[in-house]
Parts: sequence; C-alpha cells; structure tokens
Amino acid sequence: MDLEYGPEYQDFTKKVQSFCKKYKGLSFKDRANTPLVSSGGSGGPEMHRSEWQKILIENGYFARSVPKEYGGYGGEADIIKSRIIAAEFSKSKTPTPMGGQGIDMLVPTLLEMGTEEQKQAYIKPTLHGEMIWCQGYSEPNAGSDLASLQTKGELVGDEWVINGQKIWTSTAQYSQMCFCLVRTEPDAPKHAGISYLLIPMDTPGIEIRPLVDMTLKPGFNEVFFTDVKIPEGNIIGKRGEGWAVANATLGHERGSLAPPDATMNRVNMLIHLMKKETLDGKPLIEHPIYRDRLMQIQGKVLAQQSHALRLLSAKLNPGTDVKIGKMIQKLTGTELRHELEGLAIDVMGEIGTLYEDSPHLKNDGTWQFIYMYFLGLIIGGGTSQIQKNIIAERGLGMPKEPKIQGA
Amino acid sequence: MYFGLSEEQSFFKDNVKKYLEDNASLDQIRKIASNDETSIGKEIHQGFLNLGVNGLLIPEEFGGLGLDLLFAAVVSESLGACVGPVPYIAPYVMAPTAIMAGGSPTQKENYLTKIASNEILVGVGFSEFIGSRNDAGLTFADGVLKGRTMFVMDAQVATHFLLADKLGQMFMLDAKAPGVEIINLTTVDKTRQYAEIICKDVPADLLELSSLSTDPISRSIDAGRIMLAADTLGASQAMIDQAVDYAKERKQFGRAIGSFQAVKHMCAEMVADLEPCYALVWHAAHCHDSSPDEAKLMACHAKAHVSEMGKGIAKKATEVHGGMGFTDLLGLHYWFKRIGVNRQMLGSPELVREEAMQSQL
Repeated sequence: MDLEYGPEYQDFTKKVQSFCKKYKGLSFKDRANTPLVSSGGSGGPEMHRSEWQKILIENGYFARSVPKEYGGYGGEADIIKSRIIAAEFSKSKTPTPMGGQGIDMLVPTLLEMGTEEQKQAYIKPTLHGEMIWCQGYSEPNAGSDLASLQTKGELVGDEWVINGQKIWTSTAQYSQMCFCLVRTEPDAPKHAGISYLLIPMDTPGIEIRPLVDMTLKPGFNEVFFTDVKIPEGNIIGKRGEGWAVANATLGHERGSLAPPDATMNRVNMLIHLMKKETLDGKPLIEHPIYRDRLMQIQGKVLAQQSHALRLLSAKLNPGTDVKIGKMIQKLTGTELRHELEGLAIDVMGEIGTLYEDSPHLKNDGTWQFIYMYFLGLIIGGGTSQIQKNIIAERGLGMPKEPKIQGA
Repeated sequence: MYFGLSEEQSFFKDNVKKYLEDNASLDQIRKIASNDETSIGKEIHQGFLNLGVNGLLIPEEFGGLGLDLLFAAVVSESLGACVGPVPYIAPYVMAPTAIMAGGSPTQKENYLTKIASNEILVGVGFSEFIGSRNDAGLTFADGVLKGRTMFVMDAQVATHFLLADKLGQMFMLDAKAPGVEIINLTTVDKTRQYAEIICKDVPADLLELSSLSTDPISRSIDAGRIMLAADTLGASQAMIDQAVDYAKERKQFGRAIGSFQAVKHMCAEMVADLEPCYALVWHAAHCHDSSPDEAKLMACHAKAHVSEMGKGIAKKATEVHGGMGFTDLLGLHYWFKRIGVNRQMLGSPELVREEAMQSQL
C-alpha cells in the first residue's frame, strides 16, 4: 500500500495550483447547455467556453492524450496527473472543461475506430466546444433492449436515407451533430444489422421536440427523422458493426456518471448545511437521528472513494483483477448519489421541498434538482436492473434468462 | 502509487486460508460448536500459531515480526472466510496494540516478549469503555480491580486479561489470580468465546500511559474494529460464493434458479454491496499505520459500514439457498452467526457511527 504519488508529481501539483489561481473567479459569456456543468464564478476573467477549452488544452489540462494533429495536447496519458488536475480544479472551484457526449463518448470512439478523415474533421471542433454532439441510441420501443432499435437507414446511390425516431436525446437542441445507431441490414440478426452513422443536425427532415422531465427542465428531446439524407461515408466502422462500436463507448459512459469524489463534496456540503440550519433552535447536526443517517451515508461514500482508489491503482499496475469492481460502479454510484441528495431533503423537512426561486431555498435548490436528476441517471445508461443482470451474468457467470422465441 | 495488498500480504492471506481449509473443516467446526472434543480447538490453535500469527504486529526488538495492520487484516479476512475457530483479534491484535501504545518500557518488554514467544495469551475486555451494559462496572484503586465486565474476548483460553474501566484505563491481570471469576457467555457464534469476568480485589497492572489519555485504548479499539470488519468481509464473501454456486446448480421449474432475475439480482446486490468493502477495510488498516488524522474515522466507518453490508448479505445469501439455507445440513448459519456477533462486538453500528461523527466535530 503506497498512497503517495511520488515527488515528480509535487511540481506538477504546484503548477496546476498556480494555474487555478490565475483564473480564479472565471466566468463565461455563454451559458452551459447541460445541467451539472460548471457555471463559473465571478470577479475574475470573462470569456467564451470555447476559449477556456483551448486554454485548458494548451496547458495539458484537458484532452491530454489526444494527438496534437487532432487538436489535443499530444501528451502521454497520465492517470495521476488527471487526478491531480481534477482535485485541484475542484478544490479551487476552477471551471472544469466541458463534457458532454461528443467529448466523453464520440472522441474516444473516433480515436479508436474512426478513419483519418473523420478524425481530422470532427475531433478538434468537438474538443473546442464548437461542435456539440447528441447521442441517437434509444427509441420508444428500444430502451433496455437497445439492439431491437428500428430507425431505418437505406443506402440509395451514395447517400443514406434515414427514417425513424429517437428518444432521450439530451442536448439535441444545441447540437451540430448526432452519432446515431441505425438499422441498415434489415435481414441480419438483430445485433448484426446496426450501423453507427454521423448525422449533421441541420440536415432537412430532422425535427426536434423537447421532452420535459420531472425536474421541469427540457433535459431530453425526441428526434424524428423523415427521409434524412447524409453522405455514405458518415459511418464509423463497417455496415452492421455499429453495435460493437457503440458498446466500446457505453462502457465509458457508465463509469463516469457518478464519481465518488463528487459525491463526497456533496456530503461535505450537507455537513456544512446541517451545522447551519436549525430545528427548534438546535442545529440539525445535533439531532441524533439525522446525524446517524449522515454517518451511514458518509461510510458508504468513503467505501466508494476507497474503491475508486483501488480501481485507479489497477489501471496504474496492470494485472490486478478488478473486473467486477468496475461493473458495479454505475449501479452503486448513481444509487448512492440519489440517496445522499434525498437525505439532505429529509434533513431540511418542509424546507427541503422548496424549488425554483422560492424564498428560503437552500443551496440554490440543488438538492431537489439533483435528487430527481439522479433518478434519471439511475434509469438512463442501462437501468439499475440491467446493471444487476450484467454483474450477475458477466461478472458471476450466472445463467441468462431463457430467450423467448422471436424476441 | 499502489492501492492494494502486497504480494507478501496476499501470500500470507492465502496461507492462513489454506491452513484453515485443511485443518478446520466444517466437520471440525461442528464438533467444536457442540463441545464434543475440546482438543480439536487446541490443535487448530497450535497450528495457527506455527504460521507466526502471535508475533505479527509485535516489533522485532520484542521478538515479533513487526508487520503492519494490513497484514493483520488479511489474516482476519481469511479467518472470517473459514469461520476460523481460533483466538486472534484479542490476543494477537488488540492486546499488542494496546500495550505498544499504552505500556511503559518495562511493561512493553515484559508483555510483548511473552506474547511473541507464546508464553502468555491475553483476553481483552473493553466493554466498560465502549459501552457498559446494565450493572456492569469496574473500579481500580490501590492496585486492585473490583467489579464486573462483560464480553471479554477469548477469556476461556487466556492466561491473562487486559480489561478497561470506563475512563479507558487498561489493566493487565493474571487469569488465575485469586478473586477472578470467569463466567462463560454463550453467544450464537460457537466459533469464538466470550466471558463475563468478576474481580474481587484482584491485583492488576495499570498500563502506564493509559491513565494519561484515552489514545492508547482508542488505538487498540480501532485496530480491533478493523479486524472485525475484515472478518465480516471474509465471512460475507464466503456466503456470496456459496450462494452463487448454489444458484447455478439448483434447478426449479426446469432451470437453474440463478437464471431467475429475482435470484440473480440478489447475488448482484450482494456483490455490489461487498466489493467496495475490500477497499474500505484495506484503506482503514493503512490509515491506522500511516495517517493518524484519518485513522479513527476510517476505523469507525469500516466497522459500521461492513457490519451493515454483512448483515444484508448474511440474510440474502441464506435466502438464495431456500429451505436448505435454514438447515444445519449446509452449515451456512456458522457464517450468518459470525457476522451477527461481529456486528455487536466493540460497538454496534450506531455507537460506532456516533464516534465517527465525534471524531470530525
């Protein structure tokens, strides 16, 4: 057991700290287009988000291992440096780089499986935040059973003609592009009939309808495709290989939904709140029942933080078996975050139900918002029940449910 | 940066497990539990000592191996996995830790050397400090101890006791001294022994530093709690493994019951609950040695959290086995009971979480 990063990282930490100091209080001229993205501070420099992306890349604090010719920093991947960057940014409240499905999912996919031409065309503007992507996977009748999707793509001449409907499409209204799973081989078995297509969102025939979720924000959309025509070359991998391409990135999404360090930050915020807020004149932290529930959650989060260290160590020291350890992350991380946000609401009681711009609202109403938002994340990206199937079947080798004929 | 067990720690852990699998099978444990053959327990204990367990934490200058608490934790995990029927946490982890932290140079020299050479075996009773029940209570004056304390660990096989009063002062006394009465306490877990001890003016040796602050006893309790967490970790994993194997084999409605989501989801939940406990226990053991600021918090959370996860797993793993899980035929209940007793010893989850809170206010 050795939890020190080593002396070579001390200089790096100092460098990051002075960078964060330089941009203290940074604010943005443009709004964030997804919730939970850093909204910036005040009293410091002001700039557009894309400028910030470029500064972060130049310094190696973002897109570190993406080659220079595609707009990245062009350095070696360094997990410890990434961790130091994340920790220092979080400590100093420096705005983190933009995330989103283009950056988190499409870029890694392109780097792994894209053609040279695709890498040249898409990676740089995506990293700079100038090209926003949405993900066209789920359909009204293809949720957990994603491979049964029915949106059709037909090659007519040198163009794909796409017809069908996608749902749960976050950020579609802001996106320039969509990476989309489309059934192009109707006669092939269900997993083998899908292709991974790249669709410009300004193509005629695309209609976007906002889907208001329980937080009352239009977090999602429905996207309708009617005779949408895109060039034949807008495909990653070969025809019928889309399922494998998509799976490479879904794994990536699942791990990153609820990092335990972020959850621990919220635990600390809750402790602060419980010291300040009173019930019958007594600080909430002095109420034994709330206090015990707080400690139960803190214990769970500590376990997940320690677990994340174990997974980090396994990345740095290949050969350690953490297969099941990785599989549980999406399930445990999203469930725990939801539980924590719910505890804060319970602790506040009636005050905890306040929302939007009500008087007496605490912490900008984030507890209620994230409580609901995380119920969405528990369901999205493979529901908790699907995660349990994966853990049991792929992790423990338990037998699958017998297949029903024709399904 | 490396987070995990070293090769030596993994090797030691496997060695202990192999020894127990070879020498303390379920049949043997059944015999010990029914008090049929008391010699079996002694033999298993002797073989266990041959692995060097008694001197594990004791510094080399006193004849021990001077290893870290993570080593001790992996031994505990293997003991839990095999419901090992041997004294361990009290005599070889808590007593040495208490003496190292609270003993004078003479006391260290005297007791640590004897523990390392197996001349003495120290049972530990700290209930008065952690949470005194009903009419228990120990008082120390003029060099003698008076009163009673409950749940002294491994008292029946001990040559000495290390007992605490409610101030956290620790006293070493001879188990055979006149005025010592040992009353057997039978818990549901027959793999380990607990007793109530009544002292009538028994001469006792106060660990010198333990009269100045509660740090020495606190350190020993932290170590003990991490050991109990590790024991529950090992026992819980053993229950999951048995449940998963059973669910793959057992057929109903023409298919393995493990193919039903109702069953496989229980297995997945158990794994998702337990997997992060490994890292928590290892991390707590590491902090105990290397990060004093976090040591208390981590030890408390390891004990409380693993107890909670273990309780759920003990229930679910039994349920996966259906009626067979409830019988004595499979013996699954030995693990169930071990986990149940670990949960209450050295502070139930609520008590321990309150300490976790106190440590950060």
